Amino acid sequence: MARFPKPPEGSWTEHYGLGTEPMSYEDSISTEFFELEREAIFKRAWLNVGRVEQLPRNGSYFTKELLVARTSVIIVRDREGQVRAFHNVCRHRGNKLVWNDFPKEETSGISRQFVCKYHGWRYDLDGSCSFVQQEQEFFDLDKADYGLVPVHCDVWAGFIFIHLGKEPEQSLTEFLGPMVTALENYPFHLQSERWFYRSPVNANWKLYLDAFQEFYHAPVLHAKQTPPDFSAAAQKAGFEAPYYGIDGPHRVVSTAGIHPWNLAPNQLKPMEILTRSGLFGPWDMPDLNFEQKPAGLNPAGCDPWGLDSFQIFPNFVILIWGQSWYLTYHYWPTASNQHIFEGTLYFVPAKTARERVAHELAALSFKEYGHQDANTLEATQTMLESRVLDRFPLGDQEVLCRHLHKVAGEWVDDYKRQLTEV
Amino acid sequence: MIDALLPSEFSELEPFAAKWCLATEQERYMERLSSSMTEMQALYDAVTARAEEAMVYCDKFPLDEMPDDALNLLRLLYSMVMVSFPVEVWGQPRIPDTGAAYLDLLVEPIP
Repeated sequence: MARFPKPPEGSWTEHYGLGTEPMSYEDSISTEFFELEREAIFKRAWLNVGRVEQLPRNGSYFTKELLVARTSVIIVRDREGQVRAFHNVCRHRGNKLVWNDFPKEETSGISRQFVCKYHGWRYDLDGSCSFVQQEQEFFDLDKADYGLVPVHCDVWAGFIFIHLGKEPEQSLTEFLGPMVTALENYPFHLQSERWFYRSPVNANWKLYLDAFQEFYHAPVLHAKQTPPDFSAAAQKAGFEAPYYGIDGPHRVVSTAGIHPWNLAPNQLKPMEILTRSGLFGPWDMPDLNFEQKPAGLNPAGCDPWGLDSFQIFPNFVILIWGQSWYLTYHYWPTASNQHIFEGTLYFVPAKTARERVAHELAALSFKEYGHQDANTLEATQTMLESRVLDRFPLGDQEVLCRHLHKVAGEWVDDYKRQLTEV
Repeated sequence: MIDALLPSEFSELEPFAAKWCLATEQERYMERLSSSMTEMQALYDAVTARAEEAMVYCDKFPLDEMPDDALNLLRLLYSMVMVSFPVEVWGQPRIPDTGAAYLDLLVEPIP
């Protein structure tokens, strides 16, 4: 018996016209498909690379390694305070411009200019070339022609996005669409306590997106995380989402919540009771000073409300918890069967030791669950690659997985069509 | 005790301080992986018994201006949290069925 009403068509999958037949996962094991994704998706979509709080002052910068597009990008706040992005390459002989110790590792800092380690060419924060070592030795060289190569860069709600195409087909807000931009006035900026995790994962990037865009797995894979009484009840009930939304290439799943502080003690771990915290976040919530709840949040009007997980195509997730904090996921492909996973938790900064200890348990819980999710993916990837099976049935609670693979296929098909038209 | 790491009110936790008052989550996680269940159970039992008082003590100071001994006490509370999963649910230091997976915490709030 369904706890939440389904759309009139009888299922979310049919409501969104996604087809109910078993799915192929060829798009997650084919190296040819992955090569197409590099161009068709990662050079044609807006990509989130971080938040404005990572650039606190004029001259603050960080680099982002984008192996999927075979480039590295510098994101910098220039002298006027504008956020800009450039390919991280010196115009002289192509050396990587900004790096420390290990050329392939990301770095960050604050600087008045960028100086190439190789021959000392310098660039202003706006990308213009300001100095050429022994300039008189060069032939008809005008520094004005040798600025850093710009990357399209725009900011929405404090999130910094770049676009690696020559000319984006859509502006950032057009690309994000009404479902995502309805979060505009959520107080992301107040939640500046940042916890940044990274993990190399031996699985296709879409498999990890799938893992976090369905919660059908949660009562099973994570059963042992909770006391037996709680796990047994959760597994018996199974998981149902009250709402799934789709807008263009983007998706959202919303969940009903629980008030952990109202649970019986045998449903909780002693550390949760002691620290008044857990996977869903601290029990004593900060005041986020909502004047008005953002229109896009808690679309099913749940009380208590669990979370909304916005899956922003291609590889970015904003997950907003009912318990007044949020996190983001990024999945950066490095090969058809590998990617770098990044998880970033954001809290209103702890003002007291007690609040800070509560954050510690929420963050550790995230890590304990994340380990289980990540390791399962490797087990999935290797057996998908066996090609013993080529059709997989997906349930209605996995509707968003279906949508992601459909959209990825459409973007690749569209790109191939454009290639043949040229 | 001349070399006490913790406030004198918490002297019975001193035997755990040298091993478990660690500044970063990465260090605490590594310590967990290389510790026995007996060691972690002892830490857990000792610190949970005083955790409420410890939080009250630490809350006397602003987070960014904590004296060294209070900061060590706070870090001991973080280690109590760190060992809670092995002690309360896993029965082993490592998360079961996670093989070689790791998820490194590269940026965290200070303290």
